[in-house]
Amino acid sequence: MSSNLPCIIIGGSHAGGQLALSLRQEGWTDDIIVISNEAYYPYQRPPLSKALLAGKLEPHQILIRPQALYEKQNISFLFNTSVEKINRQNKRLELDNGNSIDYQKLALCTGARARKLEICGAELSGIHYLRSLDDVEHIKADLNNQLKPQAKPSSIVIVGGGYIGLEAAASFTQLGHKVTVVEAANRVLQRVTAPEVSNFFTRLHESYGVSIIENKQVAEFLKQTESEINRVHQVLFSDGTVLPADIVIVGIGVRPNVELAEQSGLEVKNGICVNEFAQTSDDNIVAAGDCTLHPNTMYQTSIRLESVPNAMEQAKSAAAMICGKQKKYDALPWFWSDQYDVKLQIAGLNQGYDQTIIRGDSVNTKSFVVWYLKNNQVIAADCINRPREFMFAKRLITQKILANIAQLSDDTFDLSSLFS
Amino acid sequence: MPLIKYIDHSGNEFEAEVEAGKSVMDGAMDNMIDGILAECGGCCSCATCHVYVEEKFLPITGEAEGMEKEMLSAVNDPKPNSRLSCQIIVNQDMDGLVVHMPESQY
Ligand SMILES: Cc1cc2nc3c(=O)[nH]c(=O)nc-3n(C[C@H](O)[C@H](O)[C@H](O)COP(=O)(O)OP(=O)(O)OC[C@H]3O[C@@H](n4cnc5c(N)ncnc54)[C@H](O)[C@@H]3O)c2cc1C
Ligand code: FES
Repeated sequence: MSSNLPCIIIGGSHAGGQLALSLRQEGWTDDIIVISNEAYYPYQRPPLSKALLAGKLEPHQILIRPQALYEKQNISFLFNTSVEKINRQNKRLELDNGNSIDYQKLALCTGARARKLEICGAELSGIHYLRSLDDVEHIKADLNNQLKPQAKPSSIVIVGGGYIGLEAAASFTQLGHKVTVVEAANRVLQRVTAPEVSNFFTRLHESYGVSIIENKQVAEFLKQTESEINRVHQVLFSDGTVLPADIVIVGIGVRPNVELAEQSGLEVKNGICVNEFAQTSDDNIVAAGDCTLHPNTMYQTSIRLESVPNAMEQAKSAAAMICGKQKKYDALPWFWSDQYDVKLQIAGLNQGYDQTIIRGDSVNTKSFVVWYLKNNQVIAADCINRPREFMFAKRLITQKILANIAQLSDDTFDLSSLFS
Repeated sequence: MPLIKYIDHSGNEFEAEVEAGKSVMDGAMDNMIDGILAECGGCCSCATCHVYVEEKFLPITGEAEGMEKEMLSAVNDPKPNSRLSCQIIVNQDMDGLVVHMPESQY
């Protein structure tokens, strides 16, 4: 125990866990306490909708690092504990168990939570969200309880055709369930990709037997009429049609956990505002991960990202800042998604693109690239089973290398020649 | 447990005991060995876990194939002994394995 006050990290996930370890690497010798309202050491969230849901991995296999490492680095965890209030004058936190705890430095790694669907019937059992390990455990237990005679597959309705909804659809289908994805917009992934990519994923899922319904709004969740059991039985849409549902998964995006920061008077917009060194408007407080709104020079704007690489790399800058060092966080955003035999890798952000160029055949094959350009410069790329192009895309964007339409679209053109 | 040696670009050496069944990338992460970033957590999506396997161990680790090979063809300074360390699953025969880490993973 050090006689100085500790550095406290709120949230023990990708950002919080990395920040704690990076603090030691940056030379922090006082105590480090991670306060987490979950019950586990930091674990990987991406497999929740992929290998874990599909039953290919077990919970103990998704820990980011072993417990022994945190112990060796003298990092303590307070599990199942929520911070309820930050008092910045006294540098004191109030916890939900009635205790309070003082800090020397504070790191906010509070992440994001699933956005709730607020409609009639939302409180029925059988309706799930997918953000945490506990969520997955509940879904699995529920599926087991709903097992039907003669192993008839369960009908699963997924509300929202974003990455998490589609990944969950792929996992459930591989387990033999009957899956329907309902999307309110006119195509899946509408917010994040070009129509070619949306159409590709719709076809892919349909080829595995998933039905995808677009342009449909969920109006209400219904239980069995005159039944005592408060469990979802059907989904009612705004056009009056219904679908049977044994289980519903809602995947309609997330909300950043910014309320604590906001109540304490820190600057907050669509995320906790931080500078390029992950510092908030209070010198003693940093923030990292899904909860932050941070500057990005490549895209000349402030962004809030929901990705593991962002959480990890920003946490490293935040740890340096706590130790009085400036380590700029300005990485190229990137993301991935695994569905069936398809690996999607996305380099950059496509916001504001004025042109798309396709390399490969997006209709008849499972291997192509969509390049997004703005003023003739590649700003992002969606790479479907194209790992090599993904690697080049990152370099084209960060190094601002110009490539013409023929070079980008012609599969026989060797992209490596652009870098010599 | 197999002992794996990681050597960074400046020649600093780090050793880690890595349980069979874990990856060479896990070994670095679990022991806070810098030089491997592993942004995707080991699912062959990021190529920020690139290492060069010391030649004489290549018959044991095998060479990159498929997705991994394609990703490696586009990293900085790819070599015939390049591997993504998350794709090398440690077994008893790998005791004493030596891998070199590149100057940068970007
Ligand atoms: C199903 C799923 C699949 C995903 N797939 C991918 C993928 O393929 N690739 C990718 O890059 N990203 C993926 N993501 C996103 C990625 O998981 C997030 O970007 C990442 O988890 C962000 O880490 P974080 O530490 O910032 O926040 P979080 O992981 O959200 O962690 C924040 C933690 O803080 C806790 N907390 C919040 N408030 C308090 C409080 N007041 N007191 C105590 N604790 C608190 C929360 O409960 C939580 O445990 C996926 C996410 C999900 C849910
Ligand atoms: S850790 Fe991402 S490819 Fe190896």
